[in-house]
Amino acid sequence: MNKPLLATDLQPDDDGPLYVAQKRIYPQSVSGTFRRIKWYLMAFCLGVYYLLPFVRWNRGLGAPDQAVLIDLPNSRFYFFFIELWPQEVYYFTGLLILAAITLFLMNALGGRVWCGYLCPQTVWTDLFYAVERMIEGDRRERMKKAAEGLSMQRGAELVLKHSIWLLIAWWTGGAWVLYFSDAPTLIKDLVTFQAPMIAYIWIGILTATTYLLAGFMREQVCVYMCPWPRIQAALTDEWALNVTYKYDRGETRTSLKKAAQARALGETVGDCVDCNQCVAVCPTGIDIRDGSQLDCIQCGLCIDACDAVMKKVGRETRLIGYDNDINIHRRMEGKPEIFKPVRSRTLVYGALIACVGGIMLYAMLTRSLLDVNVLHDRNPLAVRLSDGSIRNGYTLRFLNKRGFDRVVAVDVDGPPNAIIHVIGTDSITQDRPMIILGRDASTELRVLVTSTTDAELPKSMPITFRVTDIGLGEVAANKDVFVTP
Amino acid sequence: MADIDIDKHTGTATTGHEWDGIKELNTPLPRWWILTFYACIIWAVGYWFVYPSWPLAQSYLPGLMGYSSRANVAVELSKLEAIRGDKMVALATAPLADIEKDPALLALARAKGKVVFGDNCAACHGSGATGAKGFPNLNDDDWLWGGTLDQIMQTIQFGARSGNDKGHEGQMLAFGQSGTLTKDQIVTVANYVRSLSGLSTRQGVDLAAGKTIFTENCTVCHGDNAKGNQELGAPNLTDKIWLYGSDEATIIETVTNGRAGVMPAWTDRLDLATIKAMAVYVHSLGGGK
Repeated sequence: MNKPLLATDLQPDDDGPLYVAQKRIYPQSVSGTFRRIKWYLMAFCLGVYYLLPFVRWNRGLGAPDQAVLIDLPNSRFYFFFIELWPQEVYYFTGLLILAAITLFLMNALGGRVWCGYLCPQTVWTDLFYAVERMIEGDRRERMKKAAEGLSMQRGAELVLKHSIWLLIAWWTGGAWVLYFSDAPTLIKDLVTFQAPMIAYIWIGILTATTYLLAGFMREQVCVYMCPWPRIQAALTDEWALNVTYKYDRGETRTSLKKAAQARALGETVGDCVDCNQCVAVCPTGIDIRDGSQLDCIQCGLCIDACDAVMKKVGRETRLIGYDNDINIHRRMEGKPEIFKPVRSRTLVYGALIACVGGIMLYAMLTRSLLDVNVLHDRNPLAVRLSDGSIRNGYTLRFLNKRGFDRVVAVDVDGPPNAIIHVIGTDSITQDRPMIILGRDASTELRVLVTSTTDAELPKSMPITFRVTDIGLGEVAANKDVFVTP
Repeated sequence: MADIDIDKHTGTATTGHEWDGIKELNTPLPRWWILTFYACIIWAVGYWFVYPSWPLAQSYLPGLMGYSSRANVAVELSKLEAIRGDKMVALATAPLADIEKDPALLALARAKGKVVFGDNCAACHGSGATGAKGFPNLNDDDWLWGGTLDQIMQTIQFGARSGNDKGHEGQMLAFGQSGTLTKDQIVTVANYVRSLSGLSTRQGVDLAAGKTIFTENCTVCHGDNAKGNQELGAPNLTDKIWLYGSDEATIIETVTNGRAGVMPAWTDRLDLATIKAMAVYVHSLGGGK
């Protein structure tokens, strides 16, 4: 781990080790407030992940009825009442910005809340530890068994543990692919080996990563692979509450017996009885009393462990708790604690979240269901016809985001006496072309605009294409230019 | 190195290397990282044997799998041909008019037509089919040999003055060189031709005389009303489009030396489906009749 190397760790004539071996960690079970919160959150997160693909949402005939679906073949993303087209991936950009700022806000308020309670790496590792504990026993038993070597009993336990791990991992991969296809149909296909190979491959990949990351890599992911601990350290400030050992209360550490003797003599000693319970329960194997550190995912389990001990020895709880250096120093100086959850940093984050969220909501609510994109021909830009009139060609892409076919009229504003002709469709009317747009689809058509005038036209003039839904009256428009040769 | 040097500030061991008083801290990587790194190196060695690797004097080590990106391209291309198979047959067999009515076929013909146009026609007509002096613009509605689908198809297949038996024939005669018209007469008729499409004429030129010269020499091909004749490839002289240019000097040059631009016959070089695609593409550029 990240502990500084001690001189005694090294052999003489040694140039220093090339690597550090992974230290085996055997976290002890613990119960308390934070453990309970973690169980609830784990149940919630895993519940959402595993069950969401089965939630149905009626979108009418012909459209998929899965609430959350990433439909890659048809390039659509469905999320309950929302349907997104590839043209609208910027919503995801907004969502990612929102997620990032929310992460910053959580960090400004309560430190690595994400790491400790919500990160998939934490949640699945926690689940895998629970399975391990259930089969092999608690910390001491596991350490003893690991030291003893293999026996029939031990072998059976290991087989059982890895089987359950693999089962969970496999289920995790299985749930993943359900987001990309109709879940009940895909399950039926998977069971009867009718599903596409890519589904099996992805299940395989996610089974392997879950098994490896939650079963073996564990805290190594947080310490060596994840960028967030580094970023978090740069984003935090002195007001953020982090899981902290309150050394103002704890030091000097004294054993229970000596502390009693000292207190009997009227001396002041620290509350910490140096029982090492905080170290024993830590899933990343660190000592929180060394202070805030990169390896600490701030899961709060040491708080539970310490509280239990403090209750037993009759001292005040929360020797370890959500706190910061400012309050430690204030207490040492005899001043009252202060907390500032509302400060400029959190206000800015909150305002940014409201702003980005507002923009996204506005964009979502005013999302047009009829759209037209215009692309002017590049070559030729303009054509002079035999009667002297000027023609420009455009490629128009019509987007019909409604679930039914509709008829639209195409109008054009700008060039004098403009006549519009849509190639490839027999228009119902001559001077105002009407075209049929298929449901939930984009239609690309070439459109020619001819302007007949005796007057000299400018080199370039604005032109507006207007698309009007004949039935609903919905209008979409887009601008381009009309060029003279 | 005999003693482990510990950095005072961080409590971390150093590597013992020192440069002008600057020491390097030793921060070892986790073992799994190192092992993964070694595994990658070993894996990379496998590439030497499996894929083409070391260059030799004349060739290279081909590798055990016989991998070749060139061969892969050939395989992918043959797959593409297989996918296109039916559609290309449909393109070759469907009547021209039906291709334009079937959106799928039209899209295919236009896509293919655009590519083959770029390969075969763009050299003269330009990549956007806008033409150049002597090479017609195919976007406009003025056609020397006719602008219907069938006429365009005919012209592409057999060409004009191409030497092909079925190719279009007929040319602008060299009235000056042959001595049919004198220099003055040519200037006069050139100005008359300009007046047909409303262009300015040189002062002092007798347009009535020009009309007489025109009637005697030009109407055989260009017609009484000077609107041209597509059977002979004689252009309409009353419109705004000029293949070689509308200024007086160019028209005088045309009448003096004649014109006989060549459109090659493509029937021997391209298959029917390709030519049909090209015809549909040209027709769809906007000027098709």
